[in-house]
Amino acid sequence: MVYLNQTAYSKKTYHFLPKILFGYPSCVTTALVYISSTQIKMNETWKRFKRDKVALFGGTVIVIVVTAALLAPWVTPYDPHEQFFDGLTLEGAPLPPNKRFPLGTDLLGRDLYTRLVYGARTSLIIGIAANAAAVLVGTLLGIIAGYLGGWVGNAIMRFTDLMMAFPALLLAIALASILTPSLWIVAMVIALVNWVQTARVIYTQTLSIAEQEFIQAARALGATPIRILWVHILPHLIPHITVWATLGISVTVLFEATLSFLGIGVQPPTPSWGGIIFESQSYFLTAPWLVIFPGISILLFALGFNLVGDGLRDAMDPTQRGRN
Amino acid sequence: MFLFLARRLFQSVLILLGVSMITYGLLFLIPADPVRMIAGRSATAETVASIRAQLGLDQPVPIQYLRYLGSLLQGDLGRSYVQKAEVSELIVSRLPATLQLMFAAIFFQLLIGLPAGIIASVRRNRKSDRILMILSFIGVSAPQFVVGLLLLYFFAYVLGIFPLGGYGTIAHIVLPALTLGITIAGWYSRMIRSSMVNVLRKDYIRTARAKGVRETRVVLVHALRNAILPIIAMIGIDIGLYMQGVVVVESVFGWPGIGQLAWLAIQRLDIPIIMGVTLVAAVGIVVGNLLADIVTSIVDPRVRRL
Repeated sequence: MVYLNQTAYSKKTYHFLPKILFGYPSCVTTALVYISSTQIKMNETWKRFKRDKVALFGGTVIVIVVTAALLAPWVTPYDPHEQFFDGLTLEGAPLPPNKRFPLGTDLLGRDLYTRLVYGARTSLIIGIAANAAAVLVGTLLGIIAGYLGGWVGNAIMRFTDLMMAFPALLLAIALASILTPSLWIVAMVIALVNWVQTARVIYTQTLSIAEQEFIQAARALGATPIRILWVHILPHLIPHITVWATLGISVTVLFEATLSFLGIGVQPPTPSWGGIIFESQSYFLTAPWLVIFPGISILLFALGFNLVGDGLRDAMDPTQRGRN
Repeated sequence: MFLFLARRLFQSVLILLGVSMITYGLLFLIPADPVRMIAGRSATAETVASIRAQLGLDQPVPIQYLRYLGSLLQGDLGRSYVQKAEVSELIVSRLPATLQLMFAAIFFQLLIGLPAGIIASVRRNRKSDRILMILSFIGVSAPQFVVGLLLLYFFAYVLGIFPLGGYGTIAHIVLPALTLGITIAGWYSRMIRSSMVNVLRKDYIRTARAKGVRETRVVLVHALRNAILPIIAMIGIDIGLYMQGVVVVESVFGWPGIGQLAWLAIQRLDIPIIMGVTLVAAVGIVVGNLLADIVTSIVDPRVRRL
C-alpha cells in the first residue's frame, strides 16, 4: 500500500522527465521504480538525520536565515537603503546597537539589522545559483568522464587537473576584476572555479559503479549509454551529489563573502555581508559591530550548511560514520 | 622510481603550459584596448598602429602566445601598467614576506590541528570528540577576514599585545599567521583525526598495546608516525589554499607580500600583476603537488606503480 502511494506520488511529479528524454514509455516504469526506491531510502536517511542534534541545529540555522531572507520586507523595520539623519552621531560616526537600531547603524546611517537581512538574500541567491551551476557542470563532466573513459574522459580529467593547479580565488579575482562585477557575474565566476571538486568526486564514484555487474547486464540487454547513465548510474550518485551540493553552498557563501570583502563581489548599494565589512573595515576599531554582526552571519550560515552536509553524509552511509 | 618521477615531471610541465594558456586568455577578456591605454586619447592612427606593431599585437594570436611563453621562460612576466615596474621584480621582492607568513601559518595550523585531531581520534565518538569536531567546523566556516579583523581588534587594539599591522618583527607575524592557522586547522584537525582513526585500527597497534607499551607512546609514537605522513603530503597539495588565504590575510594586516600586491592590483585593474601572481601561485601549487607525490612515493612505494 505504502509502495503504491509512493508510486502514485512519483508519477505525478516526475512523469515528464523520462518522456522528454527518451520518448518511450517502458522507461517510465523503470524510472518510477528507481525513484520510489530512492524515496524509501530517503525516509531511512531522514530518520537517522533526525537523531543528529548537531545537524538539526545546522538545519534550524538555515531555515531561519532563508525565512528571514524571503520575508525580508516584513521582518525588518526599515528600508535597507534609507540613510537616517539620526542614524549617525553629531560627528558623523555610526551608532552602536541601541533601541531604535537593534544592531547599530553603518557608516551612512543605515540600519545594520535591515541590511544584514537583505544581505542574506544576496548570499542565498549566489550560494544557490553558483553552487547549482557548479554541481550541475561538475556532475555532468564527472559522469561523462567516468562512464565514457577513453580520450574524452582523459581530456576532461586532465582539464580538472589543470583547474586544480589554479588558485581558485586568484582566478576569480582576475575574472571578477576584468568583468564588471554584478550579482550574476559573481555567481558565474564562483561556479566557474568551484565545479572541479564535484567533477572529481562524481568521476571516481561513476568509475566504481560502472564496473559493477548490473551495468554490464544492462549493456548486454542493449541499453543505450544515455539510458545506462540516466537510469542505472545517476540514481546511485544522488547521495553524493546531495552531500556535495550542501557542503558546496557553504564554500560558495564564504567565497562570495571573500570576493565582496576584497571589493570585487556584489557592488554597493546592494547589501552583502562581505560588502558591509569591506565598506566599514577602516572604521572597525571604533565601530566593531560593523564587523562582528556580519561576520557572525557569514559564519553561522556557512556552518549551518557544513553541519547539515556532514549530517547527511553520515545519515546516508552510516558505515562511514566518524571516519571522515 | 625514476620513471615515476619523470612522468610526474612531464605532467607538471603540461599543466603549467595549460595554466599559461588560460592566464593568457584572460587578456582577451579585458574590454579596454591596451594600445589605446598606452597611446593615450589624442594619439593619431599612425602612432596607434606603430605601438601595436611594437608590442607585436598585429601578429596572429598563436604567435603572440608563443612570444608570451618565450618571455615567461626567461622570467619576464611583463610590465605593470600602473607601477611602471617589471612584474617579476615586484613579485620577487615580495615573495620572502609571503613565504614567512606561509611557514608561520603552517606552524600554527599544526600546533592547533595536531592536538585537536589526535585527541578527537583517541576519544572517538565521545563528547570531547564531538565538541572538537564542531569546533573544527566553526574554524572551517569562519571567513578569514573576519577572524583576522577580530583578532586584530581584541589582541592589538583592546589588549595591545601585538602591533596593529605591518611587517618586521616576530610580534608582527603572530596575528596574520594565527588567522590563517585557525581557519586551515579546521580542515586539518578533521584529516588528522580520520588518518589517526584508520591507523589506530591496524593490527600493529594492537600488537604494541598487547606488548604493554604505554598508551601515550602507542598513540604519539607508533600511530602518529604513520598517520602524519598523508598530512604532510596534504600540506604540499594545499599550497593553493594558503595562496588564497594569503591574499585575504595580507590585505587585512597590511603584510607586504604577493597577496597584498595582488589586492592592490585588483583595485587599480593592473592585469599584468594579477596574471603574474596567478602564474607564480600556480607554479607553487604544481611544485607543492609534485613534492607531495615524491614524499608519498618514498614512504609508500605502491604509489609509484600508478
